[in-house]
Amino acid sequence: MSPTGTPGPAPDSAVQPAPAHTAPPARALPGHGESHRHVLVAIVLNKPGVLNRVASLMRARNFNIETLAVSHTDQLEVSRMTITLRGDDVAVEQAAKQLYRLIDVLKVQDVTSDPTVEHEIALIKVRADERNRGEVLTIAEMYKARVVDLAAESLIVEATGTEAEVDALISLLRGFGIKELVRSGTVVMSRGAGSIEEAVKR
Amino acid sequence: MVTKEEGLGRSPGRTTGRTTTATTTAPTATSAAPTTSGTLGAVPPNAGSPNAGSPRPDGTLSGRERINHMPGAGTERADAISAGRREMLSDARRNQIRSLAERGVKRPRIGADAVCEALVRQGVEVFFGYPGGVVLPFYDVLGDYPELRHVLVRHEQGGAHAADGYARATGKVGVCLATSGPGATNLVTGIGNAMLDSVPIVAITGNVVGSLLGKDAFQEIDITGITLPCTKHNYLVRDPNDIPRVFAEAFHIARTGRPGPVHIDLTKDALMGVCSAEHPETVDLPGFRPTLEGHFRQIKLAAGEIARARRPVILAGHGVLIAEATEELRELAEKAQIPVAHTLLGVSAMDETHPLSLGFVGMHGWKHVNKAIQSADLLIALGMRFDDRVTGHVPTFAPYARIIHVDIDPAEIGKNVAVEIPIVGDVKRVLTALLPQVQPVAPEQRAAYLKEIADWRSESEKAPWHGSGSWRNGQLSADYVVGKIGEASGHDATIVADVGQNQMWAARYAGFRRPKSHISSGGLGTMGFGLPAAMGAAIGRPDKETWAIVGDGGLQMTAQELMTLVQDNIPVKIALLDNHKLGMVRQWQELVYAGNYHSSHLLGPDWVKLAEAYGVAGFRATTPEEVDGAIAAARAVDGPALVHFVIAEQQNVFPMMPAGKGLSDLLEEQFEEPKQ
Repeated sequence: MSPTGTPGPAPDSAVQPAPAHTAPPARALPGHGESHRHVLVAIVLNKPGVLNRVASLMRARNFNIETLAVSHTDQLEVSRMTITLRGDDVAVEQAAKQLYRLIDVLKVQDVTSDPTVEHEIALIKVRADERNRGEVLTIAEMYKARVVDLAAESLIVEATGTEAEVDALISLLRGFGIKELVRSGTVVMSRGAGSIEEAVKR
Repeated sequence: MVTKEEGLGRSPGRTTGRTTTATTTAPTATSAAPTTSGTLGAVPPNAGSPNAGSPRPDGTLSGRERINHMPGAGTERADAISAGRREMLSDARRNQIRSLAERGVKRPRIGADAVCEALVRQGVEVFFGYPGGVVLPFYDVLGDYPELRHVLVRHEQGGAHAADGYARATGKVGVCLATSGPGATNLVTGIGNAMLDSVPIVAITGNVVGSLLGKDAFQEIDITGITLPCTKHNYLVRDPNDIPRVFAEAFHIARTGRPGPVHIDLTKDALMGVCSAEHPETVDLPGFRPTLEGHFRQIKLAAGEIARARRPVILAGHGVLIAEATEELRELAEKAQIPVAHTLLGVSAMDETHPLSLGFVGMHGWKHVNKAIQSADLLIALGMRFDDRVTGHVPTFAPYARIIHVDIDPAEIGKNVAVEIPIVGDVKRVLTALLPQVQPVAPEQRAAYLKEIADWRSESEKAPWHGSGSWRNGQLSADYVVGKIGEASGHDATIVADVGQNQMWAARYAGFRRPKSHISSGGLGTMGFGLPAAMGAAIGRPDKETWAIVGDGGLQMTAQELMTLVQDNIPVKIALLDNHKLGMVRQWQELVYAGNYHSSHLLGPDWVKLAEAYGVAGFRATTPEEVDGAIAAARAVDGPALVHFVIAEQQNVFPMMPAGKGLSDLLEEQFEEPKQ
């Protein structure tokens, strides 16, 4: 029996009848928001097969990884992955939660909207001879890129910067003829004193 | 070598002192009698006696006990069995690993010893395995560990399902073992099944010696690569000294948080190499810390939602059973007078005779339950994951309801359905924290609401039920058979379903009163699951009767395990609902594919003869009148038995939610002959 004065459900008379046959509002599906680029940082145990687990999970759950950069951290037994992927907020949150299910994953953080330093490195082998070498060098200089190899008919430009900056440089160099291009994928670090790895320090 | 007598499980040692005639005569009686009427002859004279089950003054077993292997509840013997079970599970036993020297064995301790010790340590009493080349070092030492019972299955898939059934019936971790290559790949279906249904099993496979890995050696396959996406975690062990740690971690991972299968692949040299590592007392898994306690603020919000709701419905899933939160579920339902709907795997989370228990929801669930959900203003989802068989077309699912979702896996929150109040945590702990905050509601306050559901219920329960036992033209109706089995076993047996129509009939009509008495392959929907899972369940709960309700299609997938039942004398009773069809396929072809019945008709063997060939007592019922007798005859057998129910070929499971439709769009049985 309900104690007196409990603001429980109203008595019988106020019980709503089964809703009439009006068109009910549709239940929202999770997600279906605007798709944009997300950056996830995953701190994982540096064990054989971890990369495979992460990649396999992303494939099986239908997430498309755009870039992935992996290396060990200051602690050799811990690795850090930077994953960029496209999707709406809910889908990417789901990807992060699924990553958390992996036993070897220590931490996952979506740093898309956090203040971060975000860089990638690109090596671009450009066709360049004595006629246009100066032009290439000027463009590289404007993008704070440097030339790391020089040959008679080509040179290698090493560029660092955000994905957008590297994209811009590449599009400018394309006119000269790009013979080879490699990009490392984005790596990020949060600005300020805080550390993404802090929570997993043992 | 197995002698014929041992092989049949009827060696003199097993039957000494048991003078029942049913044991020895049942198979003969049926084989001698014509198959359609042979059922009644095998009923023991005292099966129906009112005194059956009471212990005799001189301590011998009464007729009922003797023939069923099952002491009556509340008797001294039943108490002794449960005390013995508790003791076996206690921590004291767990830590009692006798060293090889204590066992009087003079040889170095190898990796295989470490495996056996780890199993003993984890409280494993029984496991299901199949030997082969690379696991022979393990089988070579297994004899030194008599506390480990090894059940030799006939196919590795059966071993995995048996471990699965064992785990679901007991709540403990089930263990199965196979050799490399084909043995390992045969386990995969069972591992996937355990993954989708969150069942804690540890699957052990052997692999070729480490130096041959990656060389395409004989029976080598990258099994850890194969099981990676269908396990909670997996290991490849190449060093014997890793075995103690890996096993401790594997069992911890399998049973902690959201349970699931863990696979351990051991190379042959890891099994054979000398092992000096000790078993760790604790595990160090920094990346595995499941959230058990629900967030207090979310729980407070949930209590507020419950207080405001006028038409609340609880959706109880497998998580309630896994967390053993059935008492808390009942308390919540009673305190706030909330009706409870079950998902397929949540069936048996609440006594179905409880007035607030509605029955099961979803594609083939009860119409009144689906209606209650579609008109609810609050869904309290406990330990379930909004599977598409539950929600149907999501935009039409429970359109008026706000949702509280309690689940231990954060990845389930917002995966299929957006929810208002997510609570990540163990269902039992969340409910324990929530209960004091829930405002009590008097039954009168919900009278109109509950009356409305009750009215829907009386209508919906009547519609598809064939209480006379005959479907059309006197053909045997499957729902009636399943109902009779539930009744005959006192609604206390563990009922293990296969997949398809039989599974839906079992969930709808058997009537479940005891938690974990319903076992079904939900997520993966694995045909062939029924018989081997029942085998595991019967071994796990020897104090309970076990029925496997299977179809003729599913049984033909794993019928080889009939021999395991006999060799290990596992008293599973098999109810074969034989419609000579892949029933659910045929149903879809009738209703969705305009009657294009391609490949859904299948022949089967003479099942009674087949059973008897295996040494399993076989019975047959083809008319409603024969059902009771056949069930009683099977129950009277001391050991496994099979009842071949020849059911109507064209009976469908109704209601049915067509694929892509919602819970409000149920198809119901049309009372006219289908055009064929």
